[in-house]
Amino acid sequence: MSIETVIEIVLAAVVLTLGVWTIVVPETFSATVGFVAYGLLVALIWVRLDAADVALTEAAIGGGLGGVLLLGAAARLRDADMMADARPGKLLRAGAAALSVLTAAVLAGVVLLLPDPAPTLAPAAVANAWATGLSNPVTNVLMAFRAMDTMLEKVVLLLAIIGVWSLAPDSAWGGRPGPRHQADPRGVLAFLARLLPPVGIVIGIYILWTGSDHPGGAFQGGAILASMWLLAIMAGLADTPLVSHRSVRFILVAGPGLFLLVGLAGLLFGAAFLSYPPALAKPLILGIEIAMTLTIAATLGLLLAGAPERSTEP
Amino acid sequence: MSLARDVMTIAAVSAGAFFFLAGTVGLLRFPDTLTRLHALTKADNLGLGLVVLGLLPQAASLRDGLKLVGIWLLGLLAGATVSQLIARAARHGQLNR
Repeated sequence: MSIETVIEIVLAAVVLTLGVWTIVVPETFSATVGFVAYGLLVALIWVRLDAADVALTEAAIGGGLGGVLLLGAAARLRDADMMADARPGKLLRAGAAALSVLTAAVLAGVVLLLPDPAPTLAPAAVANAWATGLSNPVTNVLMAFRAMDTMLEKVVLLLAIIGVWSLAPDSAWGGRPGPRHQADPRGVLAFLARLLPPVGIVIGIYILWTGSDHPGGAFQGGAILASMWLLAIMAGLADTPLVSHRSVRFILVAGPGLFLLVGLAGLLFGAAFLSYPPALAKPLILGIEIAMTLTIAATLGLLLAGAPERSTEP
Repeated sequence: MSLARDVMTIAAVSAGAFFFLAGTVGLLRFPDTLTRLHALTKADNLGLGLVVLGLLPQAASLRDGLKLVGIWLLGLLAGATVSQLIARAARHGQLNR
């Protein structure tokens, strides 16, 4: 047994243990911390599987932004935890457990029953990389071969933000999301929020740019940009924008909007919906990715900021 | 030449792993928040620094080496900030108790 196999087995065992612990542990806060650690370790598993693109996304979303989202939810639930005497009934819990076990068993069965070697389109995706001029096969699949899925995914993000906003009370509709964060302007957090964003913004743009040939892309870059924005908001250096503001709304629809326009242009002038003319494929894809990065950064930031809480009038 | 590089890598990465181990033991065994933070930052700063130092001779290019050093510097910055914030929250909690 090689040392790599040993590391993989240990990693899988730790991830499974953490998963079980996250479910079993009674406190919401501990469960959240467990989930963040779980997300980071799952990212390591993706690295072991040579899926660096997925690993980056998992670390940014599963470990980072998802963790912050859950921490916020845990903080809000803290008061509710004490009041929640009414645990769900035995029947409901047994039913949920049975359904979970069934789902896990079916998933395990499907994975074990996969033919060996598993059917794959990976060689076809690599062989057709010339069509777009990008050499990262993952970006090719996301932006060209299965561009429809990616576009609809961005529309889902848009729907998610509308869902969060719809939780706002009438008086705060169109206002600023979340509380106004107060921090010592000469404190450590404000210092970090001044020092880190210039570095983080460069790294975010670099990850977007390098995504055409190496692991990276719009989602990972956008997640980093969003976290820099949130850092400035949490340190009290910036405030969340008015969600009724025209420029906020414009940035939120810029990514999917441009994607849709390019797709329709393909229908009018080219062969099919979302078909790129070969000569323009790379600039078009890059343009869409730049717009999408802005949209993703704004959407993730606003998703974490939450529903509007403060009305437009002081 | 390559032997000297490999020896340096093995020595530095092993020393880094030792600091991570010691830091983890301290995190689990020390009695209160401040001493646990002390153990944790040793692992982050020295452990990660030594691992990066050990990987530098194996870096394929100057660019890769600079990226490694950049990762360590970002780790230092994050570790120092977060431990300050946790320590402040811990002290605040003690005063209020």
